[in-house]
Amino acid sequence: MYEFQYHRPESLDEAAKIFAGADDPKFLAGGMTMIPVMKQRLAMPSDIIDLSRIGELTGLSAGAGMVTIGAMTPHAEVAGSKEVEKAIPALAALAGGIGDPAVRNRGTIGGSIANNDPSADYPAAVLGLNATVHTTARDIAADAFFTDMFETALEDDELITRVSFPAPEKAAYAKFANPASRYATAGVFVAKTATGIRVAVTGAGACVFRVEAMEQALSKDFSPGALDGIAVPADELNADIHASAEYRSHLIGVLARRAVLQTG
Amino acid sequence: MPTISLTVNGKPVSAEADTRQLLSVFLREQLGLTGTHIGCDTSQCGVCVIHVDGKAVKSCTMLALQADGADVTTIEGLASEGEMHPMQEAFRDHHALQCGFCTPGMVMMSVVLARDNPDLDDDAIRHGLEGNLCRCTGYQNIIHAVRAGAKAMKG
Ligand SMILES: Cc1cc2nc3c(=O)[nH]c(=O)nc-3n(C[C@H](O)[C@H](O)[C@H](O)COP(=O)(O)OP(=O)(O)OC[C@H]3O[C@@H](n4cnc5c(N)ncnc54)[C@H](O)[C@@H]3O)c2cc1C
Ligand code: FES
Ligand code: FES
Repeated sequence: MYEFQYHRPESLDEAAKIFAGADDPKFLAGGMTMIPVMKQRLAMPSDIIDLSRIGELTGLSAGAGMVTIGAMTPHAEVAGSKEVEKAIPALAALAGGIGDPAVRNRGTIGGSIANNDPSADYPAAVLGLNATVHTTARDIAADAFFTDMFETALEDDELITRVSFPAPEKAAYAKFANPASRYATAGVFVAKTATGIRVAVTGAGACVFRVEAMEQALSKDFSPGALDGIAVPADELNADIHASAEYRSHLIGVLARRAVLQTG
Repeated sequence: MPTISLTVNGKPVSAEADTRQLLSVFLREQLGLTGTHIGCDTSQCGVCVIHVDGKAVKSCTMLALQADGADVTTIEGLASEGEMHPMQEAFRDHHALQCGFCTPGMVMMSVVLARDNPDLDDDAIRHGLEGNLCRCTGYQNIIHAVRAGAKAMKG
C-alpha cells in the first residue's frame, strides 16, 4: 500500500470538507474492494475518508411499498432483515448470496454499486427493481446509474446516501456463482413491477444491462416457456478464465427461466 | 504514528499503528497475538477471521485504524480460565484439523454461525464456511466438528 492520510468524519458536511481539501481523496465503505485494490497498489489515494461513522448513511426502512437502504448498510443486515424479507424477498435473498459471511458483514450496498463490478449482484437488483440511487447531489434512476465496467454516473465527490427500491408485485434473482468468490458468473433478476416487467443481467457484460426482448416476451406471457428462442448474442458478452462468452449467453437463458419459475 | 485504543479479548489496549497497517498485522506484530493467521492476504481464505464488535470479519481486509474504539476477539480470547471453548473442543474431538493453519479462522467463523443460528444444519454450516478454505482436511470433519460444537454451545 502507498501512504495516505486517514480520516473518519462524523457527518456528510465534514466528509465534504475533507474531500475538498485533499489532493486525490477516496471514500472507504467496508473496504472489501478498496483495501485489496490499495494493497495491490492499483490505487494510490492521498487521503482515505472512512464513511463508517456518518449516521446519515445508515439505516434501513420498509413501508408503503418501498424499501430504503442506507449506503453503509452491510449485506448481512439486508439479508437478515425481516422487513426486507417481507417486502422484497428476492432482495434479501440476493444480499444473503453475496460472497461469504465475513464479506457480508463488511461489504455495503453503497460500495457495491459505486464500484459497479461487472460480476456484482446488487446492480441486478437496483436495475431490475427500477430503484432510485439517492446521492449528496441528486436522485439518479437505475437506468441512468450504471454506465460501463466499474463506471457509474457518480461524480468524484458525490456520495451515495441511500437506495430506494419500490416493492414489485413479484421478483426473483437466479445466479450462477463462481465457486471460489461467489461473484456472479452470470445472474438474472426478473421483476414484475408497477411499470412493467424488467429483466436485468449481471456478470455477463461490461456492466449490468436489461434484455428488452425478454421483457416483451414475459409481458405477453409470464412463463419460462415465453423465453424460448430468445438469446443475448455472445459477441456482446465477457469471456474470461471462468466462462466463455457463448457459455455466458447460454447461462443467461437458463437463469432467466429459473428466475421466472422462482417468482412462483 | 497515530495511536488507536480498542478492546482486545476483554482488555483495553492502546498502541501505535501505521496508517497502512492491516488489523491482522497489528494483532500479530504489535500485540503478539499470532493465533490470527495470514494466508492469502487477498480477502479470500478466511484464516484471518476474528470478531469485531461481535461480527466475523477478515482482519486482513481492515485497517487497524478502522478498529479504533472497537471490541475485538481473537482465537486467543475464546478459552476461559484454561478451559477451551466448546467449538475448540469439538474441533479437537472430531479431528477437524491437520496442519491447523486454517483452524483459527474456521473456529472463529463457526462460533458466530452457531451463535446466530440455533438450528444450524449441515447446509447452513457449508454455506457459512464458504469464505474459509482448508487445504488439508477435505472439510468433512470440520462439518462434524461444527455440528457438535454448535450443539455443545447450546448447552
Ligand atoms: C472474497 C470476496 C467475495 C465477494 N463476493 C461477492 C459476490 O458474490 N457478489 C457481489 O456482488 N460482491 C461480492 N464481493 C464484493 C463485496 O460484497 C462488496 O460489495 C464490494 O467489495 C464493495 O465493498 P465495500 O462496500 O466494502 O466498499 P469499498 O471497498 O469500501 O469501496 C468500493 C468503492 O466504492 C466507493 N464507495 C463506497 N461507498 C460509497 C458511497 N456511499 N458513495 C460513493 N462511493 C462509495 C469507494 O470509494 C470505492 O471506490 C466480494 C468481495 C470479496 C472480498
Ligand atoms: S488472509 Fe485474510 S482472507 Fe486470507
Ligand atoms: S488443516 Fe491444514 S489448512 Fe486446514
